Amino acid sequence: MLRLPPFRYLAPNAIEQAAYMLAQEGEQAMLVAGGTDLYPNMKRRQFTPPVLIGLRGIAALKHISGSPEQGMRVGAGVTLTTLANHPVFIEHYAALAAAAGSVSTPQLRNMGTIGGNVLLDTRCNYYNQTEFWRHSIDYCMKKDGEVCLVAPGSPRCWAISSADTAPVLVSLDAQVRLVSVHGERVMPVRELFRDDGMKPYTRANDEILSEIILPPADGWRSVYIKLRRRGSFDFPILGVAAALRFASDGTVADARLTLGAVASHPVEATDAVKILLGQYLTPELISEVATLASKRSKPLDNADLTINYRKQVTPVYIRRALASFV
Amino acid sequence: MTIKEHAGIGRNTSRAFKYIGAPLPKVDAYAKVTGRALYADDIMLPRMLYGRLLRSPHPHARIIEIDIHRALELPGVLAVITGEDLPQRFGILPSSQDEYALAIDKVRYVGDPVAAVAAVDPDILDEAIKLIQVEYEILPALMTIEEALEHPEVKINEEARIGNIHKAVSYEFGDIEGGFAGADYVREDWFFYEGNNHAPMEEHACVANWEPNPSDPVGGKITLWSSTQTPHYVHRELSKVMGLPQSHVRVIAPHVGGGFGGKSDPFSHEMCAAELSRRTGRPVKITCTREEVFLTHRGRHPVKMWIKTGVKKDGTLTAMHFRSFLDGGAYGSYGIATTYYTGALQTVTYKLPCYKFEGMRLFTNKPPCGPKRGHGTTQPRYAVEVHLDKIAHDLAIDPLELRRRNLIEPDTRTVNGLRITSCALGECLKAVAERSGWYEFHAEPTTVSDKSAMGAINRPLRVVGHENGNVAESPIKRGLGIAASSYICGAGKPIYWNDLPHSAVQIRLDRGGGITVYCGSTDIGQGSTSILAYIVAEELGVPPEHIHLETADTTLTPVDLGSYSSRVTFMAGNAAIAAARKLKAQLFELASEQLQVPVENLEATECLIYDTNDPGVALPYVKVVQLTEARYGALVAAGSYAPPEDIHGDYKGAGVGPSPAYSYSACVAQVAVDSETGEVVVEKLWLAHDVGQSINPLLVAGQVEGGAYMGFGEATMEQQIFRRGRHKIPSLLDYKLPTTFDTPEIETILIEIPDREGPYGAKEAGQGPLNPVIPAIANAVFDAVGVRIDETPITSDKVLKALRAELPGARSAQRPHVEPIEVASAWPTRLITWQPADISLIAKDGV
Repeated sequence: MLRLPPFRYLAPNAIEQAAYMLAQEGEQAMLVAGGTDLYPNMKRRQFTPPVLIGLRGIAALKHISGSPEQGMRVGAGVTLTTLANHPVFIEHYAALAAAAGSVSTPQLRNMGTIGGNVLLDTRCNYYNQTEFWRHSIDYCMKKDGEVCLVAPGSPRCWAISSADTAPVLVSLDAQVRLVSVHGERVMPVRELFRDDGMKPYTRANDEILSEIILPPADGWRSVYIKLRRRGSFDFPILGVAAALRFASDGTVADARLTLGAVASHPVEATDAVKILLGQYLTPELISEVATLASKRSKPLDNADLTINYRKQVTPVYIRRALASFV
Repeated sequence: MTIKEHAGIGRNTSRAFKYIGAPLPKVDAYAKVTGRALYADDIMLPRMLYGRLLRSPHPHARIIEIDIHRALELPGVLAVITGEDLPQRFGILPSSQDEYALAIDKVRYVGDPVAAVAAVDPDILDEAIKLIQVEYEILPALMTIEEALEHPEVKINEEARIGNIHKAVSYEFGDIEGGFAGADYVREDWFFYEGNNHAPMEEHACVANWEPNPSDPVGGKITLWSSTQTPHYVHRELSKVMGLPQSHVRVIAPHVGGGFGGKSDPFSHEMCAAELSRRTGRPVKITCTREEVFLTHRGRHPVKMWIKTGVKKDGTLTAMHFRSFLDGGAYGSYGIATTYYTGALQTVTYKLPCYKFEGMRLFTNKPPCGPKRGHGTTQPRYAVEVHLDKIAHDLAIDPLELRRRNLIEPDTRTVNGLRITSCALGECLKAVAERSGWYEFHAEPTTVSDKSAMGAINRPLRVVGHENGNVAESPIKRGLGIAASSYICGAGKPIYWNDLPHSAVQIRLDRGGGITVYCGSTDIGQGSTSILAYIVAEELGVPPEHIHLETADTTLTPVDLGSYSSRVTFMAGNAAIAAARKLKAQLFELASEQLQVPVENLEATECLIYDTNDPGVALPYVKVVQLTEARYGALVAAGSYAPPEDIHGDYKGAGVGPSPAYSYSACVAQVAVDSETGEVVVEKLWLAHDVGQSINPLLVAGQVEGGAYMGFGEATMEQQIFRRGRHKIPSLLDYKLPTTFDTPEIETILIEIPDREGPYGAKEAGQGPLNPVIPAIANAVFDAVGVRIDETPITSDKVLKALRAELPGARSAQRPHVEPIEVASAWPTRLITWQPADISLIAKDGV
């Protein structure tokens, strides 16, 4: 079996303490919650942090509070299993419960947290390999190398945003709270993401994602469906997160559509869903949106199944996501 | 959750057995589920070192220089070895001695072992491995069958006589020209079966312990605990590579966490652990990573196949010509046998009056392929069963009926000389057809109300969604597919030519009532050790819990060739019966005298030996043992088994394919295909298996379900694939293997018609049931959406591509198809023609 590199493990029991440790330990230190993404990566030497600051012991990261009427607050340390099984989320933020419940396997959902999933490292099948494998192909720019192996002429890294919950939170217009020794800030979750496979988050190195803030459900309905080879275990190779609110006459009052796993960040199809506003959700309109929104999907050959296939089924998945509101 | 039914389990057969046929727990079940069972990696010895292999980063390169000095200077490193330290070549087949423990001169695939290190701590190994400097000269890499054929000037492996052709075989049985001339319809097809890995739960691991003995000129003895399926063959090869007499080598297989063929070769890591132990005088453990399991491989060969078959109007087969091209990877492994197996068993399932087979195996710059469950027969079975389905469709004959019209008959000979004894394939087909509602499904009700009525009687509907009265056009289409197969119950010939028994069992009776059974058979999870216990328990009338089992230890136990070719229950089972009956005869002799009851009236059960006419007249088993020991001395008996001789033809190459018996299986698969996305959901598998007699129906059902699961994975998702010379996905996240959540409902049906030579009538169950699953799924996809995917795995991208190619306006060139391989007019080997002395034997001959 692959072995973890040596590291020191710090176990704070308060967010302030964790933030202090993070500031003290400097750039090389990393945070770990469930560890389901980080530890396998450490075994393969994508990361070799000298210090890990474990967030498991911080009770304040495990809260779920609020109400669908006022909005919900979810501690970053809440497990994916808890979220997937929570009646409030199943009823009022269905896409989030579905996305959390579709991550990996039951065992890993028991360990993995919502905060960890949102901040999942971007993925690429040239990058998520062992040290031996990456050495054999002379490494890629995301770790230890110079070029992007999936697009060698490209100046950037094309690793894929693969978190199931990320496109959902964008569609739900969620906010995130980031805490550091300098204080805290709250910002829309969409501003947490950057279109850069190497540095996909705007989180500063000394910041801790402490909380997800969901707006009032307020008549919004949401759905998440994902494409993958297996019905379990697999990361998405396409995630479709849609959230819609209907007016009293049955027309669409508001709509958001976000695609996951088609780029280095969750991709919002803002223009495509505009044509829904004030309209009845007809099959024809859904098809039009699906065709339009699919243009935002530009898969590369660094995930499962063929590029062509992933392109071809993107409109089908979008259509099905939207049709589920009818 | 899948719901499992076992029709037939617990069914009483005509003979009244006490333990045979009973659903008993495995003897090691509790130890395994509680983590007490020791696997190779669990073994810790005092002063033990840890070893690791440095592997080639290049698919094909010449080794210019290896510098180990810096690694040796690293504190904690005790030894570093390279190719020249173990220069003796080895390989599982005497005809393919082409491997070195560590590469000499050349590396042939990414992962080829180059050096080995032993250190006091596994964490030191990372750094030590990096300190070994290897200078390579990169050579062109050939990664496919086509590239290997196109570039004979690039010699991958010197074993190949012509270009990169490792082995070519060519056979003609019966009058092939006449057979095709007599056909009303001839069809040709190309197929490709993708390679895949065994993916056992336990990664390969071993611990080697050299015990020096200065007073012995040999210097000492080596003991190797290894997760192997074949300790006997490892014993022979390790002795050869280390230059030690076999008397100084002991190989033990502890509990093994699955093998499926992937642990049947002698391996570099075993040789290196042993040599590192000899050099350091300390035990050395090497445990492979999952990536190393994918690189060690020996998995399913990717095979391209061409079939041409002639049939009469009624579907009767008149001739078959079959070609296979095997992508062997860099070394021989079992590849010569695999090549033969792609052709040898075509004749065993359906009656063929003539048959031509041409096969060739190519070397490529990839991890070596070898035997995986179904060894070399799985790929052609997929091709033949899909091909026959197409023929049935062309002739408008029900695919099940076409198969029934061509079934091999019991007690006949095949055109290539194989002896068939028992065969219950007809019963298997009948069972899966009935249980799956095959005929009703294909009866095609014409109105929606009919469909609703059918739904009420629990019959799958063609279009998903109609169950709820929803008649809107659904993109989800259902289909049922069928396939049949056969498999050997043990190879009729050993791997190295000899006249010795294939399996032997010794039994020692203790005067205190204990029984110890010794057998070289190797339990890799299939339950072979339990089978020995049930058999000896049945014969001696003592519960299995009283029996102590010593297995898979080349010093303690008599030779059994190993857990491959589905041979263990049949062969070790017969050896166990033979040994137990010798002791039983002695015990009954004394009991008969003591009880004044004739031997033929005695019966042994529940630790008693009693008069069947008057069960009150009885003696305790222990008492009889003591009386017998008092007369004869220590009570030890041995039994052995070798397959009969006259079970194959008398031509060169006839040694692959014969078996003392053949098992038969039939499968119906129900799939739901999403016609908009190409996604295939296998909803249910009905799998009937002709096992002769279950020794333990739970274990048989476990094997059948395991085969169904593995077949499902191979059919729909698994692929050992390469990109830029490297394994593309060497991890259990990216190499797609079904999880329990993905696995369909499996209905196992055991057909129990005893075979006259099997132990209590038993036949194999470990491999055969896998084979029909893959083509059944492929045929079901066609039944659902009308497109054929002639290569595995049948993934959503291929199905969607095929569906879109059928749309109006699509170019037919876009249809997924298997690119044919052009071959020169003459196959690169001598054609062997043969036919049975009496061609009428192909029909029933009452052998």
